Amino acid sequence: MDSLAVDLARFQFAFTIAFHIIFPAFTIGLASFLAVLEGLWLWTGRDVYLRVFKFWIVIFALSFAMGVVSGIVMAYQFGTNWSAFADKTGSVIGPLMGYEVLTAFFLEAGFLGIMLFGMNRVGKKLHFFATVVVAIGTALSAFWILSVNSWMQTPAGYAMNDVGQFVPADWWEIIFNPSFPYRLVHMVLAAYLTTAFVVGAVGAYHLLKNRFNAAAQVMFSMAMWMMIVVTPIQMLAGDYHGLNTLEHQPAKIAAMEGHFDSQGPAPLILFGWPDTEAGETKYKIEVPYLSSIILTHSLDGVVPGLNEFPREDWPPAAIVFVSFRIMVGIGVLMLLVGVWGLWSRIRGRLYESEWLQRASIVMGPAGFVAVIAGWTTTEVGRQPYTVYGLLRTSESVSPVEAPAVWASLVIFVAVYCIVFGVGIFYIFRSMAKSPDASQGVEEGVPVRTAGITPAQALQPHEGDRSHDS
Amino acid sequence: MILDYPLIWGFLIAVAIFAYVILDGFDLGIGILYPTTKDADERTLMMNSVAPVWDGNETWLVLGGGGLFAVFPLAYSVIMPAVYAPIIGMLIGLIFRGVAFEFRFKSSVERRPFWDISFFAGSIVAAFCQGLVLGTLVQGIDVVDRTYAGGWWDWLTPFSVMTGFAVIAGYALLGATWLVMKLEGVPQAHFRRVSKYAALILIGFLLLVSMWMPFINESIMEKWFSFPYLLYTFPVPLLVAVTTLVLWRALMNDADYTPFLASLVIFLLTYVGLGINIFPYVVPNVYTLWEAAAPDSSLKFLLVGAVILIPMILAYTAYAYYVFRGKIKSTEGYH
Repeated sequence: MDSLAVDLARFQFAFTIAFHIIFPAFTIGLASFLAVLEGLWLWTGRDVYLRVFKFWIVIFALSFAMGVVSGIVMAYQFGTNWSAFADKTGSVIGPLMGYEVLTAFFLEAGFLGIMLFGMNRVGKKLHFFATVVVAIGTALSAFWILSVNSWMQTPAGYAMNDVGQFVPADWWEIIFNPSFPYRLVHMVLAAYLTTAFVVGAVGAYHLLKNRFNAAAQVMFSMAMWMMIVVTPIQMLAGDYHGLNTLEHQPAKIAAMEGHFDSQGPAPLILFGWPDTEAGETKYKIEVPYLSSIILTHSLDGVVPGLNEFPREDWPPAAIVFVSFRIMVGIGVLMLLVGVWGLWSRIRGRLYESEWLQRASIVMGPAGFVAVIAGWTTTEVGRQPYTVYGLLRTSESVSPVEAPAVWASLVIFVAVYCIVFGVGIFYIFRSMAKSPDASQGVEEGVPVRTAGITPAQALQPHEGDRSHDS
Repeated sequence: MILDYPLIWGFLIAVAIFAYVILDGFDLGIGILYPTTKDADERTLMMNSVAPVWDGNETWLVLGGGGLFAVFPLAYSVIMPAVYAPIIGMLIGLIFRGVAFEFRFKSSVERRPFWDISFFAGSIVAAFCQGLVLGTLVQGIDVVDRTYAGGWWDWLTPFSVMTGFAVIAGYALLGATWLVMKLEGVPQAHFRRVSKYAALILIGFLLLVSMWMPFINESIMEKWFSFPYLLYTFPVPLLVAVTTLVLWRALMNDADYTPFLASLVIFLLTYVGLGINIFPYVVPNVYTLWEAAAPDSSLKFLLVGAVILIPMILAYTAYAYYVFRGKIKSTEGYH
């Protein structure tokens, strides 16, 4: 297979999955947020929770639909562009994906309809149950697909058969492979944080217009609690994930750190540019000892460099190095916003602090950027393998000619940019509508979404709702 | 206990694909039928009749594709490159049709026609591409050394184009009879008329396919035209003929439910007929179920889940349909 076709297939996978991950990263957190809101509404009886619930369910429905259609593409990418990979790994990771469909996708889809349209048909309690089930479904989906991804990073529990396929030897070891628990925790927390920053930004936007907007206050306050509680936990989880990577994928760590020579004590390179041609990281700004402290928890621990590994096994170091810094940098900013929010709350100025609100708006998309940067780090860091250390990317692709991959790539890029661009625009428009009671939210009228004249209850004055006739 | 796991899984995958075909079939059919009315209200009704369930319907496609990957990875890995372009086309079609469920109601009135077109075009392209895949597989694909060995235009033949159109006609019939069931009054009468046309066109295609198929490969010819195979293949076309009559009478007698049920039976019979043609292969004339299967340990592991979870899935899916049962009324919305 020529390398052009390999690169095109890689780019196609990267593009389609980067677009796809935006939606589940958001809906995993949002589904839980909705379940909490509806629970609070049932528990306290306060209408404001229902208003916030109805505000976000419109956005959830839009995001979920885009997650579904972009996800179906992923289910077929393995076969269309990576058929050699599919043949060799299907016996091991295929059943995990099968479990994802059986435990998660059907569950979400089955109860989503009730969650979106069923409030007056099934009653409040059953409706709440449906919302909780959808939230559980999103988490189960994360469980299985992260197990699959982790197995590709740290394969375990397999044997090889005589035609070169990976075959299962121990399912427990396959599912709970060495990097899975760390990756699962790190990603689920990332999804929660992503949602918290979006919710916080939307709440802030409406507070800036009217700081007495009760629904906006609920959003902003809940988001700020999430940020201050989850961000430190996420940093800790990230640290443990990094130690796990050091143990199982040291070459990836070397690229993330920008180290070419193994050294102890090792400095932490804050900024720089790893030049693999020259074999050194240029223009670097270092903090002595810090890399050793972070990765080995000792002052003079040895941190591996890329030169420990044959050159043909190196990941593209510059991408891994830069994307890792973007993720960590955003994490630090997230912590700052969280602390700022806590401080404002303690001073009793959470809804008055306009600069905090402006900062929250700027940080609204931060979670998405961090998620994509983090995935870039771990996936590009896995190169040049699809199954780490065992199956090379160049041996994984389909026997499809480059023009076919080119054509489909161009189509995917065009369609995704148009369709999902419009969808994201609609999401922004829904976010901009005030969740305030004075805007005319009717009690007991469920928001209609996902194709059923959505958000009717939020915009009762629009005359273009044809079904109202 | 020794079970024939590849056989069980072959059956389960076939069931999943059939569930997909009938379930997404009627909601793709609704998209295909969008141009038969210009009335915006009627279009809203059509879309509303499937909005709470389309997502679940489409999940069967993921189970079919994902299941093939899990239990017949070799089949998955040679089929997908062989039908590369139709699969991409199907995915793009499903994107345009899927987002239309949301976007049609989020857009301004002036832009709504764009999402109507998106819904229609997405549905018809997805249906056509599925037909292309079917035709390509029935005709057979080139495999050398566990790898697809054909070109990237091999799927384009007169036969596969015809099966593409046949699938469009079939989905249109499912969609039209579904709407007969879910609507009332003037729109219902409209789709009763549409059902008749769709039924006639589909029967035409079924005859064409049935006459054409035996000449595509000899094993099919043998199954349908030689003794003793004839004994158990012969009832299939006979039952199709009987069901067609039932469908026709039901449409003439203004029945609400029977047309849809009869259409489902026609699909089932056609599918069984197709299954007879393909069995025991999973990639026709290349790999049998047993040759393409993953090791028993994989099949067993997923089967445990399937046995427990599929009945649960069927139960809550049925419940979701039950919640949204009955006629769609224009004034009712979805409360």
